[in-house]
Amino acid sequence: MSTEPRLIQGNEACAEGAIYAGMRFYAGYPITPSTEIAEILARRLPQVGGKFLQMEDEIASMAAIIGGSLTGAKVMTATSGPGFSLKQENIGYACMAEIPCVIANVQRLGPSTGVATAPAQGDVMQARWGTHGDHPIIALTPSSVREAFELTVRAFNLAEQFRVPVILLMDEVVGHMREKVTLPQPGEFPVVNRVKPTCSRENYYPYKADGDKTPPMACFGEGYRYHVTGLFHDESGFATEKPEIIDWQLKRLHEKINQHLDEIITYTSEETEDADLVVIAYGGTARAVSRAVKLARQEGRKVGIFRPQTIWPFPEAAIGELAASGKKLLVAEMNYGQLLLEVQRVAAGRSEVHSCLQSNGELTQPDVILTKIREVYEHAPGN
Amino acid sequence: MPGTWEVRLSGSGGQGLILAGIILAEAAIIDGQNVVQTQSYGPAARGGASKAEVIISPEEIDYPKVERPDVFLGLNQESVLKYMTGCKENGLAIVDSGLVNHVPPSKARVYSLPITETARKQVGRELVANVVALGALSALSNMVSKESVTTALLRRVPKGTEDMNRKALELGFGLAEQALSAVVGEN
Repeated sequence: MSTEPRLIQGNEACAEGAIYAGMRFYAGYPITPSTEIAEILARRLPQVGGKFLQMEDEIASMAAIIGGSLTGAKVMTATSGPGFSLKQENIGYACMAEIPCVIANVQRLGPSTGVATAPAQGDVMQARWGTHGDHPIIALTPSSVREAFELTVRAFNLAEQFRVPVILLMDEVVGHMREKVTLPQPGEFPVVNRVKPTCSRENYYPYKADGDKTPPMACFGEGYRYHVTGLFHDESGFATEKPEIIDWQLKRLHEKINQHLDEIITYTSEETEDADLVVIAYGGTARAVSRAVKLARQEGRKVGIFRPQTIWPFPEAAIGELAASGKKLLVAEMNYGQLLLEVQRVAAGRSEVHSCLQSNGELTQPDVILTKIREVYEHAPGN
Repeated sequence: MPGTWEVRLSGSGGQGLILAGIILAEAAIIDGQNVVQTQSYGPAARGGASKAEVIISPEEIDYPKVERPDVFLGLNQESVLKYMTGCKENGLAIVDSGLVNHVPPSKARVYSLPITETARKQVGRELVANVVALGALSALSNMVSKESVTTALLRRVPKGTEDMNRKALELGFGLAEQALSAVVGEN
């Protein structure tokens, strides 16, 4: 890989990040604004000994990558808008059967087919709860091209480490934007591979986990025989309806994530220490907020920005700390208020929570955010 | 931000504006600048009004979209009416004289240049109108060097089309020179 800076698109950075992380099987159904990921990987995967499959639809694509992962490959699919809705059933299967995989969702304006080429961030709650039943989920959200690369690598690392589906929650702004980027060299970023069993084939229990709650995973074809199902199952992988085993399994699925929140959750915060007002934003919107915060600082207003890179699990501790300090919080996002609900929940009345919401198919402009910052900043508590 | 160029290229789908934006951004990278390139287009591959935007700056670029263009290009009437708003004072607006009849009032210096006609008559391919335009706007603005834009162009175009593209770019430089000397002549 060249060390020269290049003009790279967000979707291209995602594709290159996946290859860097060792992804060698992609199955998908192209849809705007995620199409470039499929297009680029169709060309790039054969060059590195990987396989690209265009499937008949999104449901089959998700099923195909689950199968690919069970054979030991690092796998991925990419989609947008209604395609993400179609993937949900099998995302649940991957949660239940503990299949490492990465789903890139380049958000576009919805609901339904909405506007194919317009940005939005309306899938935040769908990323969390799109598939039915209680389940933990990891979702990462980049706000630059460079970060699209980094978080894609990270998505694979987390998927492999915890045997979970990981959602790379991009938006059209970041997916289609091109920036000057120098891609990392091999070895610059850690690449994590799933833990394989060391026991004999006869003694392998596919869902028997030790302290970290994530069981070692054998690849199909290596001689370890086991059963995979979306039904609740015991350590052997066979279905059960016993309440105590259901309870054990569901708790373990949650604990394997919740025990590692500090490792999983990352965020950036700038100028929040002395701030009276902290704007919380992610993805493309965070770029507009960065500008607005600079302009507000020039006007003498003490404003900072908190930007989650891990959106799920929600960075509850960090936001809770901001709320406990009494700083005003302002959530800016391109939807009708989704992350806002989580911020309100965590703030729990300890600090004011305001919002700057836009869902009209255009990236929020810095002026709109600045106007809101001024309004919230001047507004005395309790008014 | 000082030294920052906000550039908006607009026209109809199929006129190659996104490619022109990419080449301009890559030329700026060769010049050692930071760049962000974005686009806005509808679902149709042809027609309508689409735009590509480029921000060039020695600083880190936060907001990736153009708010007030320093340089505007309009290659059809619809895109000029839709996107030629908010040009900066002393900004630069270039429109295609053959395809744009009505230019709304603007604070920018407006140049109406025979871009598509030059591509058709002097290169023999309307296809390269985007490259003629790229030559004209880089030479009129000096936001990227002629060498860098030539290098960036030749890296991007398909093999076998280098001569045609180089010619189109140089014709664009020529249109800029003529326009500038005409302005000097008027003074």
